[in-house]
Amino acid sequence: MSQDFSFISTWIKSGSRLLDLGCGDGSLLADLTRAHDISGYGLEIDPESIENCISRGVNVIEQDLNKGLDNFADNSFDTVVMTQALQAMRYPHLVLDEMLRIGNQCIITFPNFGSWRTRAYLAFRGRMPVTKQLAYEWYDTPNIHFFTYSDFEALCHERNIKVLHRKFIAEQFPDNLLKSLWPNLFTETAVYHLSR
Amino acid sequence: MSSHSLEVPAQSIGLVSPQKVLIEKPLTLACGTVLPSHELVFETYGTLNSDKSNAILICHALSGDHHAAGFYEDDSKPGWWDHHIGPGKSMDSDRFFIVSVNNIGSCFGSTGPTSINPETGTLWGADFPSLRARDWVESQKLLMEYLGINCWAAVIGGSLGGMQAMRWSLEHPDKLLNAVVIASSMKLSAQNIAFNEIARRAIKSDPDFCDGNYLQEGKAPLHGLALARMIGHVTYLSDEALGKKFGRELASGDFVDGTEDPIEFQIESYLNYQGDKFSSNFDANSYILITRMLDYFDLSREYNNSPVEAFERAQCKFLLISFSSDWRFSPKRSQEIADALITAGKNVSYAAIDSNQGHDAFLLPNSRYQAALGNYLSRVADQLEAAQ
Repeated sequence: MSQDFSFISTWIKSGSRLLDLGCGDGSLLADLTRAHDISGYGLEIDPESIENCISRGVNVIEQDLNKGLDNFADNSFDTVVMTQALQAMRYPHLVLDEMLRIGNQCIITFPNFGSWRTRAYLAFRGRMPVTKQLAYEWYDTPNIHFFTYSDFEALCHERNIKVLHRKFIAEQFPDNLLKSLWPNLFTETAVYHLSR
Repeated sequence: MSSHSLEVPAQSIGLVSPQKVLIEKPLTLACGTVLPSHELVFETYGTLNSDKSNAILICHALSGDHHAAGFYEDDSKPGWWDHHIGPGKSMDSDRFFIVSVNNIGSCFGSTGPTSINPETGTLWGADFPSLRARDWVESQKLLMEYLGINCWAAVIGGSLGGMQAMRWSLEHPDKLLNAVVIASSMKLSAQNIAFNEIARRAIKSDPDFCDGNYLQEGKAPLHGLALARMIGHVTYLSDEALGKKFGRELASGDFVDGTEDPIEFQIESYLNYQGDKFSSNFDANSYILITRMLDYFDLSREYNNSPVEAFERAQCKFLLISFSSDWRFSPKRSQEIADALITAGKNVSYAAIDSNQGHDAFLLPNSRYQAALGNYLSRVADQLEAAQ
């Protein structure tokens, strides 16, 4: 299990109902089903990802997140998850509201645009950062809203969203001290566990 | 084409022939009428495994029959779902034992309006009892018992066929592991019922309909049935598909001033041909009977009109498929099924496939459609084979 998946796994209760927005090839849902016997559903629009989900027996529903989630009732899931996709949403703040309406809790992971690597890329090369995590040129990227750890903290504060847990991941900095002292600088992927 | 020149294409099941069985167990229909016995015509493809766990039931739609795959001798046209059924195809006859039955009330050899009512010794005709989708399910259940199958690996159908698959999941939840519901709906919309009523009126207003007793009178409402089919056929296609296939091309005549030749568009010629071909093959009473069956279908009527409450009974897994340009059974209808199944906590996957082929897309080749169905069933086969 990858590091962000293991953090997520510790926050999921056995047998809970889980909705994964932008579930990709379904690997998170498959891992969590094995670990916690969850009842999970993924939403996805990429045909190849949908085929992969079907092949591995993950419940996948073809649905465009940008067209809304009106078909899901309030509190109809224990947890709503979105990994590495919030930056690709048309209206990230509205998606976040919807996640907290549908789920009792939600889990978000996102690439931190405030890390030293992206800052240095922009500062010294004067070009929009293309990194391992954000591997697109500016003109063809699906990631249309770049934000940092601090931006996300501010958004949660503004919208009265409770942060239950936050975890920071950086491959080059396994040392937790740097990440806890300067999370915005040394985090590549942020993992948040939220509720209202 | 003669049988000698018939070349069986690769990945085809090859030559097939239908079987007929007399089901001697009485069948009580939803309307209360009891059929003391009834005949079913069916085909099978592939081999039933030793523990009889690899059987798939194919449910046909309004005008379908038991000939879903392969070729008859002396016929160059394969079965109606041949794109999807065969060795290595999405419904793989190398791994599954596939059963395709002509349902009662239809007109391809199973008991229906063109059969003799054994109690009176005369043709059923217009007196054939009204049917519901559940009657087809119960009749299929009797065929299942006859074949010695205890549980279907999957029940699969498009349109009205999908309605049967859903009904199976509610009526006999422990008798199927998977339901594949393609281009279907939990109930017809007013617009759908409207088209069906126009079709029925077209049939009934043919003077040769004779109040449904045309067979006894030695007549056939060919004109009315052709008209009914033409209406239906247009609604099963999309504007785009028709435009692409026919555009404004002419079949005869031209627009040059001074010519008096009748001008006929390709679409007119095509529709007339399809209508006539259909009316020479299909029975008008069956058409009325089965369109009514479609109209009456309402998955959750007896479950407080709550699809969630209905699906709470189901134990199988579901695969749903819809096609973007299908306006008779639109993707919205499949989304509603998905929503109800998710709320009921059932396992469900749903692929909303891009297609310009309209409702007919469920019968046609499409790489995403084939991949979704193929991947799903391949996993089912893997699990069955591992359990053997």
